[in-house]
Amino acid sequence: MLSRIRHVVIKEFIQLFRDRRMKAIVFVIPVIQLMVFGYAVTTDVTDISLAVFDLDKSAESRELFRRMESSGYFTVRYFAGSPEETQDLLDRGLVTVALQVNRGFSEAIRKGRPAEVQVLLDGTDSNTAQVAMDYAGRIIRKYGRDLAPQAAEQGQPRVALATRAWYNPELLSRNYNVPGVIAFVIMLTCLLLTSMAIVREREIGTMEQLMVTPIRPLELMLGKTIPFALIGFFDMIMITAAAILKFDIPIRGSFPLLCAATAIYLLSVLGMGLFISTVSRTQQQALMATFLLYIPAVLLSGFMFPINNMPHVIQYFTYLNPLRYFLVIVRGIFLKGNGVDILWPQMAALLLIGLGVMAVSSLRFRKRLG
Amino acid sequence: MNEPAIVTKDLTRTFGPVVAVDRLNLGVAKGSLFGIVGPDGGGKSTVMRMLAAIMEPTSGGAWVAGLSVTGDGEGVKERIGYMSQRFGLYEDLTVIENIDFYADLYEVPKKERQQRIERLLGFSNLTPFSGRLAGRLSGGMKQKLGLACALVHTPEVLLLDEPTNGVDPVSRRDFWKILYDLLKEGITIFISTAYLDEAERCTRVGLMHNGRLLMEETPDAIKRSLGRPMIELWSDNPRKAAEVLRSCRGIGGISIYGQKLHITIEKEEFSCDTVSLMRDKGIEVKGYREILPSLEDVFIAKVKEL
Repeated sequence: MLSRIRHVVIKEFIQLFRDRRMKAIVFVIPVIQLMVFGYAVTTDVTDISLAVFDLDKSAESRELFRRMESSGYFTVRYFAGSPEETQDLLDRGLVTVALQVNRGFSEAIRKGRPAEVQVLLDGTDSNTAQVAMDYAGRIIRKYGRDLAPQAAEQGQPRVALATRAWYNPELLSRNYNVPGVIAFVIMLTCLLLTSMAIVREREIGTMEQLMVTPIRPLELMLGKTIPFALIGFFDMIMITAAAILKFDIPIRGSFPLLCAATAIYLLSVLGMGLFISTVSRTQQQALMATFLLYIPAVLLSGFMFPINNMPHVIQYFTYLNPLRYFLVIVRGIFLKGNGVDILWPQMAALLLIGLGVMAVSSLRFRKRLG
Repeated sequence: MNEPAIVTKDLTRTFGPVVAVDRLNLGVAKGSLFGIVGPDGGGKSTVMRMLAAIMEPTSGGAWVAGLSVTGDGEGVKERIGYMSQRFGLYEDLTVIENIDFYADLYEVPKKERQQRIERLLGFSNLTPFSGRLAGRLSGGMKQKLGLACALVHTPEVLLLDEPTNGVDPVSRRDFWKILYDLLKEGITIFISTAYLDEAERCTRVGLMHNGRLLMEETPDAIKRSLGRPMIELWSDNPRKAAEVLRSCRGIGGISIYGQKLHITIEKEEFSCDTVSLMRDKGIEVKGYREILPSLEDVFIAKVKEL
């Protein structure tokens, strides 16, 4: 039994490394995803383009603009000459934020009266607008406090709020994204490779030939999934190495625990791949089915959109999504240094889902032609 | 008669309302070459799959190499070699990797393996190509490689499902030469084919149509079974000659083979009158003689009778 499984595994690897497309799936997908999640997609808001409409033209107003720029979040792109021009810049999307300083701004400051500035925001991208508003508000308040410390003190509440983000003090989205890549890459490659490898045998007629040999369904199933489990581990190690060495992302938890969690996660994704192979007749169908499963799994994983904000029905649905649990585990190990004592509910859920999916899929994976 | 290698008893398989194989009763003697012929969709492949224990019969049973395909399917699999229409090769593996892989699955002992693979490569003339990817082989070579893979565990019974489909005539002849060599070694071969010239080379032939076995005999007996004489007639205008003959009484069937006509005679003797009748109409009859019908003639006649 073991020797037959081993020979199927060896055969799979020979075929895998002779097929350029398959090789690309193994090596290119992790690199692309790392690039995309490590560099390209970032929810960090920096370099917000700013237009200023300065009616006061004083040293005080210029100091405000300088402070906006030196914060690193804003770049002054335009000096508007009229309210219409400000509106036009916002309409065209040339700037995200417009800052208007009215005449009398410096005078009010000198006389100790409340001075007002107006911040206009392009709210179409609500996330960026929110963040920009927050930054602008902070800079302006700070400026106000620096100008009139006593006044500020009187106006300030006695309890001061000091926020600190734990685990990711700089709130870098990269720290959040890159560990997630492990979960995505393993899922995508395992779904694709497992289902394609089985369906291809059916397409070219070797499945029938295999079925007349004494190989048992279980042996064939293991021989067909073990290679891709190994590739899943390989991808995980590759991405972890890149995360630590290239992206300076700390791994605070235990690596062996990450390996164990990956093994449990593989049970679910290989089972899903196996399932796809039982419902697809051609490689094209397998490819379509893979994306039909993968995309909702990513969207409903809580990675991009918080699960708490989803409608209740959908929330229940996400309990069946292995990605949901594995993302929590991966992030917990990387950023929080969590151990089994904290992550066991996720690991147990993953194990249950994995066993369930595997059981259903292997039942479907029948040896006989129906 | 020695013990049969394949026995089927009321072997039946249905797909929903379609009866693919209808109460098939067969006995194939050990060491013989049994051919099953019939049009596509006649149920040949279904019979093959049931004998290979990869398809469950709906009712009835089959025994291959003394074992029941339903009771001991795994035992049957170890004793048979099976080659499907598509040869079942891994085109991205080399010739030797394909053979090795099947040898591994059948757990052929390492000691015997080397010698056996060399022999298989030798008889199939694949030795010079052992390092070539199977996908780069010609159709005839792929077919021989498929056969080599099916033989790697020295099976007692070889099941071949239309193995020569789409293979050139020269390769087909080579292939049959190999089959005869295998017969000499005592292996039993069960082959399905759509080529009737191949069926003539079998020990016994079964005609299958719409899931039913119409007859099962030696090729000679089948040819004689028509019970009516058959005339072969050469003409320069066979189409027109057939037209004239159809108007004559006592003529059963006419098939055209190039310039030759095969005519089944129903009642009267085929007389010179008919020949002169054709000459009158300006059709030259180059000659005629009584012949033994070919399997094809019989098969067409049998199907027409239904």
